[in-house]
Amino acid sequence: MTLAGKAAIAGIGATEFSKDSGRSELRLASEAVRGALDDAGLAPSDVDGMVTFTMDANAEIAVARELGVGELSFFSRVHYGGGAAAATVQQAAMAVATGAADVVVAYRAFNERSGQRFGQVSSAAAHQVNSSGVDNSFHYPAGIATPAATVAMAAQRYLYEYGATTEDFGRVAVVDRKHAATNPNAWFHGKPISLDEHQASRWIAEPLRLLDCCQETDGGIALVITSAARAKDLPHTPVRVAAAAQGSGTGQYVMTSYYRDELAALPEMGVVGRQLWEQSGLGHSDVDVAVLYDHFTPYVLLQLEELGFCGRGEAKDFITGDTLELHGKLPLNPHGGQLGEAYLHGMNGIAEGVRQIRGSAANQVTGARNVLVTAGTGVPTSGLVLGAYEW
Amino acid sequence: MTGTAGSDIAATVHEKAERIAAGGGSKPRPARDPVNTAMINNWVEAMGDDNPVYTDPEFAASSVHGGLVAPPAMAQVWTMNGLHGRRAEDDPLGAMMTALDEAGFTSVVATNSEQTYHRYLGPGEHVSASTELDGVVGPKRTALGEGFFVTTRTSWLVGDEVVAEMTFKVLKFRPAGSDDGTAGDAGAAPWQGPSGRVVDASERAAGVLRPVISADTEFFWTGTRVGELRIQRWGDTLRHPPGPVDPGGSMEATPDYVVAAGHGTVYSYVVHHNPPVPGKQLPFAVALVELDEGVRVLGELVDADPAEVSIGMSVRAVFLRVDEELTLPAWEVAR
Repeated sequence: MTLAGKAAIAGIGATEFSKDSGRSELRLASEAVRGALDDAGLAPSDVDGMVTFTMDANAEIAVARELGVGELSFFSRVHYGGGAAAATVQQAAMAVATGAADVVVAYRAFNERSGQRFGQVSSAAAHQVNSSGVDNSFHYPAGIATPAATVAMAAQRYLYEYGATTEDFGRVAVVDRKHAATNPNAWFHGKPISLDEHQASRWIAEPLRLLDCCQETDGGIALVITSAARAKDLPHTPVRVAAAAQGSGTGQYVMTSYYRDELAALPEMGVVGRQLWEQSGLGHSDVDVAVLYDHFTPYVLLQLEELGFCGRGEAKDFITGDTLELHGKLPLNPHGGQLGEAYLHGMNGIAEGVRQIRGSAANQVTGARNVLVTAGTGVPTSGLVLGAYEW
Repeated sequence: MTGTAGSDIAATVHEKAERIAAGGGSKPRPARDPVNTAMINNWVEAMGDDNPVYTDPEFAASSVHGGLVAPPAMAQVWTMNGLHGRRAEDDPLGAMMTALDEAGFTSVVATNSEQTYHRYLGPGEHVSASTELDGVVGPKRTALGEGFFVTTRTSWLVGDEVVAEMTFKVLKFRPAGSDDGTAGDAGAAPWQGPSGRVVDASERAAGVLRPVISADTEFFWTGTRVGELRIQRWGDTLRHPPGPVDPGGSMEATPDYVVAAGHGTVYSYVVHHNPPVPGKQLPFAVALVELDEGVRVLGELVDADPAEVSIGMSVRAVFLRVDEELTLPAWEVAR
């Protein structure tokens, strides 16, 4: 049995993206889920499954209570921070495919800017009493204590091994911001940047500058997943989950996989990619839009390599010219990504994938039929191929 | 230090020891307060001793003691000098410590304390303590460095009656790596472990995020305290960070460790500018170092100008002593 095509995304919902939502995370989750159900033409009482991140602060049952969702026959959470994003859809699709649930909502909501900021040092992460806390004991006390710093270590080695420069990181930020500039829902709507501005921005964790780092955002996103058959009768063009996969690499750590032979690599994304191509029957040349997780620019380059768009160390050459622009060979993050639109732990990228297939995106890529979406990098991660049904 | 000078120093130490021992016990020094219930209540609470014979007058009255008594292990508590106290001038332990400091044996670690209790004390009794030098043995070579074992005997008295006694042994040592007897400021002098120097970082690293330590990683953190960068070994395979299972797959195997020589090269690094990190001064460099032994270990690169750090740079281990419990492994440029 394969998961390909068994489930569809029938609805998407989101709050506004801000720096201070002024309301509780549970309220944000509830608004996003309600919005997604409205979009799908379904009622809360239709929902019988819920999935979110282990990092989400809103219990499935709390969201269900607020919205009047009755009985749940499936509820699940996915671990490893932003690596969970695409996997929430995979969980939902598997539940739908096996009959564990009929209508599943996947959601993520937080006050990540006005509340607990991920970009700051988290003593709670450092001091968790479990195997991850023990892992962190070899990194946090040494001073690798923020997400940017964890990525900077691999990025520095990447520059050294492949002769890339921080301008190559900057090109990713420039494209994201260019796309955000024409997306009215993006935080940086109307605010593109130049490569010079990227190069002039202050250091966060060398070789990462401020403009290599994603937004910190308050907001919520939700997706409604149901069977292809049921989605067919709902208002929007159903978006086919053509492939969904998780991946963890050999010698994997959370953000600090520093002890594998290759430091400047993301083999866990390779694990995801191989499954996506196999499930979907597609190859990288079939991808019309790439929504690649962009909490920090260097890992966008590494993903292009892991997913087979170019060879190891060749991303700097691959992205030159207009490759990543809307009319280019591989349009990247048409919504502006997490550097330009909002940092919603990758869930806003999935919503963008849905809009691209529906043909309703702010920055629509003409004739987009296959969209690749990836989740958080540096951690055990996940990915999706979204497509259209041929009915 | 030559062999002759070494034996001269040893002879001087023993000569002073004999003189101090010949002086006999110190004049009994009375406790600051008589045995009292306030101090007993605090002490049993801190120790987690909930025996009501120490705190409940009614219960104590019906016990074999016929009333409240103090825990015998508090003997030493009654005669402690207090936070700002000074040793009595005729205290033979103080005199012997001074003699060893002067000879260059500046560091101290307590090794044994054996106490004998002859009877319980009750509230209102006023104890005194007298200490004599029992003996000085050495010089001995130890893992910490060369030093002398100093043994004292303390007696606690009520009037002329001995109520408790203690034999107390300390190692007074010259930290390994210090080359002569001139390190006069005891405690502040850095000392050398087999992988690198241990330096005082109590101010520099105050508030640093502390490691979560498990049964699998405890040996590593015990090692850093004595300047040893301990790398877990399973048969011939070195592994870092350490864990509980043999990478070869054997569930019967048990690990030991090697002490790294402390030399390596920078495999990658980060110069951290923002946001602030507890226990670090911005900006700071952190290096992932490939040790000569072949494994990678992460640590702050403490003495480098961020602009001079580069991949391939040679570094050596240094150990940042944060406090009694925590010493962090770190790196300094091998200049």
